[in-house]
Amino acid sequence: MPEQLVFATEVFLNGLMAGVLYALVALGFVLIFKASGIFNYAQGVMALFAALTLVGIMEGQVPFAHLINAIFGTEIHHFGWHVPGLVAIILTMVIMVALAWIVNTLIFRHLVNQEPIILFMATIGLAYFLEGFGDIMWGSDIKKLDVGLPQGINLWIDETTFNIFDYGFFIDNLDIVATVVAALLVVALVIFAQYTKQGRAMRAVADDHQAALSVGISLNFIWVMVWSVAGFVALVAGIMWGTKSGVQFSLSLIALKALPVLMLGGFTSIPGAIVGGLVIGVGEKLFEFAIGPLVGGATENWFAYVLALIFLVFRPQGLFGEKIIERV
Amino acid sequence: MKYKLATAALAAVVAAGPAMADLAFSVLSYRTGPYASNGIPLADGQVDYYTLINERDGGINGQKIKVVECETGYNTEKGVECYESTKGEGVLVYNPYSTGMAYQLIPKVTADGIPLHTLGYGRTSAKNGKVFRNVFNYPANYWDGASHAISHILDVNGGDISGKKVALVYHNSAYGKEPIRTLEELAKKHGYELSLLPVDHPGQEQKSQWLQIRREKPDYVLMWGWGVMNQVAIQEAANIRFPMENFIGIWWSGSENDVKPAGDAANGYKALALHNLGSDYPLYDDLQKYVVDAGKASGAGDGVGSVLYNRGLYTAMLSVEAAKTAMEIHGTSEITPAMMRDGMEALVMNEEKMTALGLPNFGPEFEVSCENHGGNGYGAVSQWDAAAGEFKLVTEYVQSDQEVVQPLIDEDSAAFAAENGIESGC
Amino acid sequence: MFYREAGDFKTSYSDDSQTFPIKFDRYRYYVVLLVAFAVVPFIINDYWVNAVFLPFLIYAIAAIGLNILVGYCGQVSLGTGGFMAVGAYACYKLMTSFPEISIIIHVILAGGITAGVGVLFGLPSLRIKGFYLAVATLAAQFFLVWLFNRVPWFYNYSASGQISAPERTVLGVPVTGAETQPWAGYLICLVFVFACAIIARNLTRGMAGRKWMAIRDMDIAAEIIGVNPLKAKLSAFAVSSFFIGISGALFFAVYLGAVEVGEVFGITKSFLVLFMVIIGGLGSIFGSFAGAAFLVLLPVLLKNVLVGAMGWPTDLAAHLEFMIVGALIILFLIAEPHGLAQLWRVAKEKLRLWPFPH
Repeated sequence: MPEQLVFATEVFLNGLMAGVLYALVALGFVLIFKASGIFNYAQGVMALFAALTLVGIMEGQVPFAHLINAIFGTEIHHFGWHVPGLVAIILTMVIMVALAWIVNTLIFRHLVNQEPIILFMATIGLAYFLEGFGDIMWGSDIKKLDVGLPQGINLWIDETTFNIFDYGFFIDNLDIVATVVAALLVVALVIFAQYTKQGRAMRAVADDHQAALSVGISLNFIWVMVWSVAGFVALVAGIMWGTKSGVQFSLSLIALKALPVLMLGGFTSIPGAIVGGLVIGVGEKLFEFAIGPLVGGATENWFAYVLALIFLVFRPQGLFGEKIIERV
Repeated sequence: MKYKLATAALAAVVAAGPAMADLAFSVLSYRTGPYASNGIPLADGQVDYYTLINERDGGINGQKIKVVECETGYNTEKGVECYESTKGEGVLVYNPYSTGMAYQLIPKVTADGIPLHTLGYGRTSAKNGKVFRNVFNYPANYWDGASHAISHILDVNGGDISGKKVALVYHNSAYGKEPIRTLEELAKKHGYELSLLPVDHPGQEQKSQWLQIRREKPDYVLMWGWGVMNQVAIQEAANIRFPMENFIGIWWSGSENDVKPAGDAANGYKALALHNLGSDYPLYDDLQKYVVDAGKASGAGDGVGSVLYNRGLYTAMLSVEAAKTAMEIHGTSEITPAMMRDGMEALVMNEEKMTALGLPNFGPEFEVSCENHGGNGYGAVSQWDAAAGEFKLVTEYVQSDQEVVQPLIDEDSAAFAAENGIESGC
Repeated sequence: MFYREAGDFKTSYSDDSQTFPIKFDRYRYYVVLLVAFAVVPFIINDYWVNAVFLPFLIYAIAAIGLNILVGYCGQVSLGTGGFMAVGAYACYKLMTSFPEISIIIHVILAGGITAGVGVLFGLPSLRIKGFYLAVATLAAQFFLVWLFNRVPWFYNYSASGQISAPERTVLGVPVTGAETQPWAGYLICLVFVFACAIIARNLTRGMAGRKWMAIRDMDIAAEIIGVNPLKAKLSAFAVSSFFIGISGALFFAVYLGAVEVGEVFGITKSFLVLFMVIIGGLGSIFGSFAGAAFLVLLPVLLKNVLVGAMGWPTDLAAHLEFMIVGALIILFLIAEPHGLAQLWRVAKEKLRLWPFPH
């Protein structure tokens, strides 16, 4: 194979892996949008909050230490224990479920039947609140997250491809793990949605709130459940991205990476999020590889959006979005 | 209307606050927002040094220091608000720690006659004191930094780097683009090949850039990064097994925050340094005794001696020294911002002075003059030791290539003077 | 009591259709104008102008612009930051290329250029709707910021890529640059706000506005009754971008003085202006002002209370500020989903009946 093609293949593979990471974030959006029509802007901040909580629990940090110290003049920072990763993940999940319950009870129950843009606005308020709350609770310094995921080049792939193409491909171990986790997550979600009672109830709610209500499904329960699942997805995304860059404020910006994925895949489709993620990941990486050097690079941010935009012009509801039927 | 009235009342209270007996030093901090992890030690270092001077010496020549802290969140608009709300308190010097804010403050401080000190950031050509009367950027600037990095590479290669490949990974913003021109000029002089790899804000996703580095195998990679971009870049460099000792960051890409998330893999990473590192100085014993142990530390006390803490402390130390110089010149201990400016312009830092302060060999020696507001352009290279968990200087302070840097500064400041109709002073 | 329609007779059509049909409202409006133009300039200082009035006025223009697009025409846009950048850079290029022409003309031209760019990026709105469109306008946001960062021509090949406003005068008084007096900067912005608000008010209650609202309520139905969606949507994009361009130009030239595109006109700006519009009230000019005031003044107020009056550490105060702003947004939405303008309307309704509500 000519050299450029080999390089392009490597970029392509890495694009796929990056796409999976984008899709992980997008999944959280899709779940909530599907079940309640809320475009949850706070998904990125939720990922940050989940990751912060996870690190905080693992390191035995005292929550609100800074606030307590400022008010009472004490000097407490750590409990002095370390919690193993798995236990911490479970504890974090408990907190995310509690958060889901609070969010639903205090905010969205009061906003039932409002226009989408109002709901969207409420999630922005939530994002603001969580941003401040997360910082007050755990401090705003950068934290290292290590739950034992492997990182760095995968040597096996490097050697194998070197033997074939005379050029070793670079694939990050973390990306491989992310791909496996994302695949498992999607399978689990599909099984949950298709074969369990709650899952079917969730789909019923997504189809029609009132019809679901009239056959005895508790909307409240379903919404709390969906927000909890989205919280779980946020936690997974937070772990993946947090392992890469440390847990810090910028983690909340990964939501921006998910938006073009959503556009492309459709707001209501779980497979759409995955396929959209892959298309965006590969598209932006290949564009940066082929065209980037000609126009000065750093094209990835806007190219993802332009790609999605061009796509939407031809298919306004996204790749797997429900066909928009308009009646007067 | 209700809000306006309430703020009016408050503003009145603030304005009618304490008389200007104390020396006011501003700390424009960002303990929140995307760069909080860097902003916290920077602010703590400054505040703690001022506290130390107050606690140990009773202020500067008997004048107590009043620290005016204002939270900007690294947001330029909040920075404007902070500047306007604090300048009424007679602040002697501003250190915004943000290049964007520095650019905005340059015309404002010039009009208000308050000095602005941008230590290792801000507008590089402000070194030309003839044009930028109120702006100081000693001891070194970005273009010096670019030259330091190349000098270091020259050093390692025995003085010949023609044909070597150097890549620059930079934050795609005004800040990141600063060194490009200098590096291009230096490439002409030394014959290396320069390739540019911009990373868009915030820089969480850099796979493309590092795959390109892996393909093109540059001999050296330089980095002008900030915030999350640093951590990801160092992690990615480790992932592709780029030799860390050939990876050199600017001083804003060389703090513990940047290397720690990558763990042991970051061992050997190099960063430029404007000042010395660690806490092994007599002054830090006083700091421990008078500030930290007395429970007066600004932070939790665990940041003392980190790179950015030291930078904050160094900034505060230079401000205090400039204030002392101003007091000598004007023979009064109640100095104004205008006197402070004169003090900064006459500032001399040498080894005796630093030793007397309890900070031997902490920073480079330099002198400020009316024409030269940027010091003499000395800088060093530090290296990360992952096992010990600290950066250490691995070179002496070396001077940047003034032959290359100075003409660029003259050119840029002349353009600024022409655009804004400034007559050069001195 | 005194706030009522009774006895306020209208004898001509123009009287009947004026903006403030109730006498008390009308006088209140004149008093506000009088205070804004004739009193405030004499009593404000640097702090008030730079920390409160300039951002409030300039954001109000941007919010009016976005409100036309989102509130009246129903096209959600997240490209505001990018369009403001177009205004700012157009103004910079014009200011430095034609220094002899008045800055006022430059600002208006910058608005015109932005309108053109807005129409271009508004084209997809003919196919894409709702949140899909919102995300699609992000393409404009990211692309424009990248472009201004990338092409040196836009920042006159300066070494750092920052643009700085040179000094320009109106009637001999400097309004940009460091020598600007507080009142001069304030007045120039006030004049623009006043003009924009009047234009917007009259556009939105005229034929153009009715077409936009028809599109907003249901575009297919509007098309059937003879509204051309192409013209209506694109004109909304053009007018909206025109105002946003003006606000961007003022933001750069009068308020900040120096700008770096990624930092100042980033995605957060787009969201901020959208928040203003939604909190203030969709489809209301007053709402744009109220929203801008809320989001500009509240943080300043909170900061002054928490740090200035109560002496909290600045970082805790900043975090609390986030939490309070977030909580207030949610509270407002729960109490009144249609924004501050609706609260105001309800209050006025009640006042009309007061003190005999039955």
